[in-house]
Amino acid sequence: MSSFAVTILGQDRPGIIAEATGALADLGGNLEDTSMTLLRGHFVMTLVVSTDATEQSLRAILDEKFGDKDLDVVVMELHGAASAPSTGQSYVLSVHGADRVGIVASITEVLARGGANITDLTTRLGGSLYLLVAEIDIPASTSVAELEAQIKQVAEDLGVGASLRPAESDDL
Amino acid sequence: MHMPDLPIGTVQVVLVTPHSVLSTRCVEVDPRDPLTVQLAADLIATQRVSPGCVGLAANQIGVGQRVFSLDVSKHPKARIHHGEFVVVNPEIVEATRNEKGREGCMSVPDFTGDVKRATRLTLKAQLPGTAEEIFIETDAFEARAIQHEVDHLDGFVFLDKVAGAHAIYPRQTYL
Repeated sequence: MSSFAVTILGQDRPGIIAEATGALADLGGNLEDTSMTLLRGHFVMTLVVSTDATEQSLRAILDEKFGDKDLDVVVMELHGAASAPSTGQSYVLSVHGADRVGIVASITEVLARGGANITDLTTRLGGSLYLLVAEIDIPASTSVAELEAQIKQVAEDLGVGASLRPAESDDL
Repeated sequence: MHMPDLPIGTVQVVLVTPHSVLSTRCVEVDPRDPLTVQLAADLIATQRVSPGCVGLAANQIGVGQRVFSLDVSKHPKARIHHGEFVVVNPEIVEATRNEKGREGCMSVPDFTGDVKRATRLTLKAQLPGTAEEIFIETDAFEARAIQHEVDHLDGFVFLDKVAGAHAIYPRQTYL
């Protein structure tokens, strides 16, 4: 049994997910984690699939489905172990303000320097407003107050606002 | 609310999804039935030994009956609270002022999720061992916890109520 990452992207229309996952199911592919969304009207999906099928047969069946349409297909075998679960505390970072080049790069550079690991990040551009929301794990060895101050400084330099809050959940 | 004395309960195993009893609506029961009173005691016993557990629905311990236990008295987000109690045949009669919050559940150990819940509510129910009808008015965290437990009794876990496709998160650790 091998794991593959399958990425399909292109012009959106109804039925892409049904066709792609149907083809993978026909090959005995079991979907694990997936992400499927629209990015400015373009459909993007990335699926982690475990299957006994070969990379070639996965690519062949998907090319057959989508090869002559406006969709690109990438199949890649995943090697090595998944990253170890993080032990840090989870936070949600929201950044929003007037759109400009470099917001994501500057903010994530600060996070990287602080050893914070991004586990999910979404950005959206609506009109002239740019929005970034990220789930991040901050290791115990990093001072959250210091990291927050650095994020706020960079945000101020960019002319955007940033807020960091614990992503605490309550057990019920 | 005066909680009747209960017999000594037995700690039960808490079931995790997927399990049919967690996704099936629980049935009404006679609160005076000695088996219902024993179920109430078992819920309290199981809740007390489960770290971080503030509430438990009967179907989480494998019994498909409309009974749940709750105790949010030590939770920092609780405002109004009614201490440790068990109710039978609960029904939410009024719920207002929704707020989103992130929930975890012993029966869904690998995920947390954002769920909108009313922050003010009135619950109609019976207490184990009596046929008397009571009304519980509460807010904040106790209101959220009651809605979570009533959802269990209706066959739903928080995954059925999440705010959107991006509102479920992998859980790193469970207490």
